[in-house]
Amino acid sequence: MTFLPMAASGGEVPVVEPIAATGAFSLMWLLIALPLAGAVVLLLGGRATDRWGHLLGTATSFASFGLGVYLFVEMLGLGEEERQHGLRLFDWITAGSFTVGFDLLLDPLSILFVLLITGVGSLIHLYSIGYMAHDERRRRFFAYLNLFVAAMLMLVLAGDFLGVFLGWEGVGLASYLLIGFWQHKPSAAAAAKKAFVINRVGDMGLSLAIMLMFVTFGTSSFAGVSAVAGEASETTLTIIGLLLLLGACGKSAQVPLQAWLLDAMEGPTPVSALIHAATMVTAGVYLVVRANFIFENAPVAQTVVVVVACVTLIWGAVIGCARDDIKKVLAGSTMSQIGYMMLGAGLGVAGYAYAIFHLITHGFFKANMFLGAGSVMHGMDDEVDMRRYGALRRAMPVTFITFGLGYLAIIGFPFFSGFFSKDRIIETALLENPVAGVAALIGAGVTGFYMTRLMLMTYFTNKRWAEQAHPHESPAVMTVPLVVLATLSVVGGVLILGDWIKYWLAPVVGEAEEHSTPVPPIVFSIVITVVVAIGVALAVFLVGRRDVPREAPSDVSPLTRAARADLYGDAINEGLVVGPGRVLVESVTVTDAKVVDGLVEGTSYGIGGLSGRLRRFQNGFVRSYAAAVLLGVLLVVGALLVVTLA
Amino acid sequence: MEFSAPQIAHEVLWPAYVVFGAALLGVLAEAFLPRGRRFGGQVVIAALGIVGGLVGTVMVAMDLPSVGPDDVTAYGVTTVGDTVAVDGPTLFLWGLVLLLGLGGVGLFAERRLESGLSAFAGQAAALPGTEAERKASTEGLDHTEVYPLLLFALAGMMLFPAANDLLTLFVALEVLSLPLYLLCGLARRRRLLSQEAAMKYFLLGAFSSGFVIYGIALVYGFAGSMSYAAVAEAVRAGESGSVLMLTGLGMITVGMLFKVGAVPFHAWTPDVYQGAPTAVTAFMSAATKVAAFGATLRLFYVAFGGERWSWQPMLWIVAILTMLVGAVLAVSQQDVKRMLAYSSIAHTGFLLTGVIGLRDSVELGGAEITSLQAVLFYLVTYAFATLGSFALVSVVRDDSGEVTALSRWAGLGRRSPVVASVFALFLLSMAGIPLTAGFVGKWSVFAVAVSAGAWPVVVVALASSMIAVYFYVRVILLMYFTADPDPTKAGSTDVGVGGDAALAGASPSSGSQPERGTITVTSPTRVADEVRVETPSLATVVVIAVCAGVVLLLGIVPGPVLDLAGSVGTFIR
Repeated sequence: MTFLPMAASGGEVPVVEPIAATGAFSLMWLLIALPLAGAVVLLLGGRATDRWGHLLGTATSFASFGLGVYLFVEMLGLGEEERQHGLRLFDWITAGSFTVGFDLLLDPLSILFVLLITGVGSLIHLYSIGYMAHDERRRRFFAYLNLFVAAMLMLVLAGDFLGVFLGWEGVGLASYLLIGFWQHKPSAAAAAKKAFVINRVGDMGLSLAIMLMFVTFGTSSFAGVSAVAGEASETTLTIIGLLLLLGACGKSAQVPLQAWLLDAMEGPTPVSALIHAATMVTAGVYLVVRANFIFENAPVAQTVVVVVACVTLIWGAVIGCARDDIKKVLAGSTMSQIGYMMLGAGLGVAGYAYAIFHLITHGFFKANMFLGAGSVMHGMDDEVDMRRYGALRRAMPVTFITFGLGYLAIIGFPFFSGFFSKDRIIETALLENPVAGVAALIGAGVTGFYMTRLMLMTYFTNKRWAEQAHPHESPAVMTVPLVVLATLSVVGGVLILGDWIKYWLAPVVGEAEEHSTPVPPIVFSIVITVVVAIGVALAVFLVGRRDVPREAPSDVSPLTRAARADLYGDAINEGLVVGPGRVLVESVTVTDAKVVDGLVEGTSYGIGGLSGRLRRFQNGFVRSYAAAVLLGVLLVVGALLVVTLA
Repeated sequence: MEFSAPQIAHEVLWPAYVVFGAALLGVLAEAFLPRGRRFGGQVVIAALGIVGGLVGTVMVAMDLPSVGPDDVTAYGVTTVGDTVAVDGPTLFLWGLVLLLGLGGVGLFAERRLESGLSAFAGQAAALPGTEAERKASTEGLDHTEVYPLLLFALAGMMLFPAANDLLTLFVALEVLSLPLYLLCGLARRRRLLSQEAAMKYFLLGAFSSGFVIYGIALVYGFAGSMSYAAVAEAVRAGESGSVLMLTGLGMITVGMLFKVGAVPFHAWTPDVYQGAPTAVTAFMSAATKVAAFGATLRLFYVAFGGERWSWQPMLWIVAILTMLVGAVLAVSQQDVKRMLAYSSIAHTGFLLTGVIGLRDSVELGGAEITSLQAVLFYLVTYAFATLGSFALVSVVRDDSGEVTALSRWAGLGRRSPVVASVFALFLLSMAGIPLTAGFVGKWSVFAVAVSAGAWPVVVVALASSMIAVYFYVRVILLMYFTADPDPTKAGSTDVGVGGDAALAGASPSSGSQPERGTITVTSPTRVADEVRVETPSLATVVVIAVCAGVVLLLGIVPGPVLDLAGSVGTFIR
């Protein structure tokens, strides 16, 4: 069986050709400026803004959402040719005839993101008013949330990869600040650091990709690159594609850069919902879809995207099966679901629209479930261990029902939003690349299993509460967003009616040729639903029918143990990245301290004969520096001679 | 033997004369002005001299003749028997070092922080800890010679990038170095550390100068001339890979790399930057690097441009080592001045990455940024961020002077939001975060290096700038998000492992190891001293504000300066 995409892309890769924004569209900068202004006021305003800071933060987010809706409606009224609007705020870097503009681009793809980011973002702001009510640093929290929204909007509205990079760094910063928001917890600080470090690896990929685009195309704007992308050599495009994928893997927690996401759950729950489920972690998917003009011309890179996606969607689902921490189960699930989106994006023209579709529905139901989890934690004194939950459906009816609707959406219960979006991806995968399709199908079954397990352990089964726990429903400011998001999780599927989203995105990502499927689509749906049902049934049988122990059993199979350890993701990272990095830092430090400085109290460091000889220069500081200079002379002259004479 | 007096084009050299003349005037003023009026007099002479030099630079730049063939843009004249080249890049660098010199004068003149005294020793000749020293400080003595010294160094820095002849290069190198050696040893506080720094700098500088002069001799043996033009001619004509020439080039390079603080010639940098009075560090770290890179560029591009296939791989290695060592070692620093020193080492590596980007003009598309342009722009961004950040370091103090231990900067953001946020701006720029000057600078040097095919260097450069972001951001977090230091558990914070280099520095031990400042002396009373931000004099405030403004402005609209750096044309030959 082959892992290469079967069919070449159908039709031409669309070129990004924005028309100069006029009228309402020239206000698109306000989308970013509003939340940014909120962040600035809250950060600089200091204590004076404590009393109303959270209201301002929420208001700017809603204002941005309102503007987004208005622009969306305007755009709906325009013809397909007129939907890409470019706005150059100013010339950022000019040198002679060479210019990088500070460009914004509002097109059918970015407007969907704008709506998702500001819409879900506003609801989460609202929810946070209740969730963070007792936190003395609430104003700061809202400032960071606003900062995040602004940066994320920058990311999706940029008309140039350099602008994307700006937003990319911005969301990374906001994510870092928010993961570590409860800095008094060492685990939160450590998690923030881990996210930061792993993301740097991804960022490096993105910046190298941009650099390479400059060299190859002389520009990094979407318009410029997409116009000439086909002319570059396939090798170059493949390298650019792989580097972009590396960036995407970092931000979207895809294997092998996935390890930070589970730890990121140390942040406040609204953060997990907004940043680490609904929006920021999908930036990688956005990047791949946005750079479709690169990937369409680089089939190898596309295949790698598919491989990464398949590995991740299984990896995340397996982690979800074994975790007892409710947020970590959801985090594993997020990884897995982003794997589905990546899979869609990796399938090329046939899958881009479905990737975005799943991204949106996932944004609804995952935000819903994270906020639901937050509501549960709120009522259970911040307990996150599902082995301490049980039978909460009576105590928290609204949370239970909304969460349940999210649950039905994610497992793909017929006619819920997830049903449509996931089905489309699996179906396309089965047609385009059967290996990936089967992996996605298995993943769907596993999803059914772990989500059912989560539902059962939390809302059904026996009570396993801590003694002082008094579960109660959360205040309205928290449940209203839940209800809204639950509704969206149910009805989100309307976007696919009449293949609307496919046609909507066609100007950006191209349109696939209609394949005649060997069997009617309904067969796929039935197969998928059956696989999911098996997963659900297994969970009911294995978890629901037995008493759940309060402590996690330790006599478990090696597979479970591996899954509990996140499939040794940390160990792998430790071995491949952190370990060598530490050795590098240590050895350089040691070299500097022991060899170059020479004079060291403990001379017992055995770092080889060279240092041993150098240590004879211990009777003076300067002398050993001078020795280093001398060595340097040998290095410099030697390098010159070797290169030339060799 | 006949000598013919060289033609001297005074009309393009006069800005340098003004600075040099002001320095001589300063020496006279020191001799003849009564003590009470020396400070004011010296500051005025220095400031006027530099401003005069700046005005002159602009005036000379206005009507610089265009030279060379039509397809190469170059302006300028060579003069004094072709030993000095005043061309576009020279004037750009003159302008830059003079601006930095003006900033340096502003910082030198700071007398408010030490309650009416400058940051320089009352009487440098008085041994630390003696009666003479105590007397000098109670009488309020002040070394006003620092201003002429700064002007002499500045004059050397103007000559250095203009040197078009190996011997002139060497003379300029010494003229700029000797005053700096002296200045480094003149700190009022922590004098042993300061004197040790000066001594180290001097000895190592002398050592590396020895290599330079030997290298010059070898190259002379190869080319039969000192002038760059003749060397370039010999390089083109001679068979490639002459051992004599390559060894000579290598040795001259050592001196250049020493001045810019490239690995493995960097060892002096942290010690000297830490030990020298902060105002001197600020001036020296910014201006010396500018001048030395100017000279290096001219040396490599003009004299040895024909041999670049030989020297580029060597610079690859040096650049890679420099970036990695600088960035990696900065991570473990506990002292803000040492951290900035290692960061400046890393920046040297980034600048070298730009130097590697040299290509023939025929290879360049018209729209592309040239290597020279990228390096010049990077120098501007680096210089202002560095000058500004060292200037800021000098205002964070406690009873015993500047506080440079990073652990004690914790919580600065709460106590002094302005200082912390400006410092954060400088750090972000040095880290190369978008919308600051540093980003555009990094972007342009990396772009030229990638265009020249040096992508492995750029990969390392990106990796090290990622590491670098880590330690810059760490300081920002420390200032904003770490609680005020609690003396009882200074070691428990993320960053502030251990102690207080400020105090360790005060413990006199020759060859004291500032790196291990962490080991020692933690007297509880001292640690409990309040760390505070003191209001400096107007001059310092203006310097910091201008630096911050430049960093911010160049991040958002780098175009004009980038264009200016591009319009200077190439080096004339």
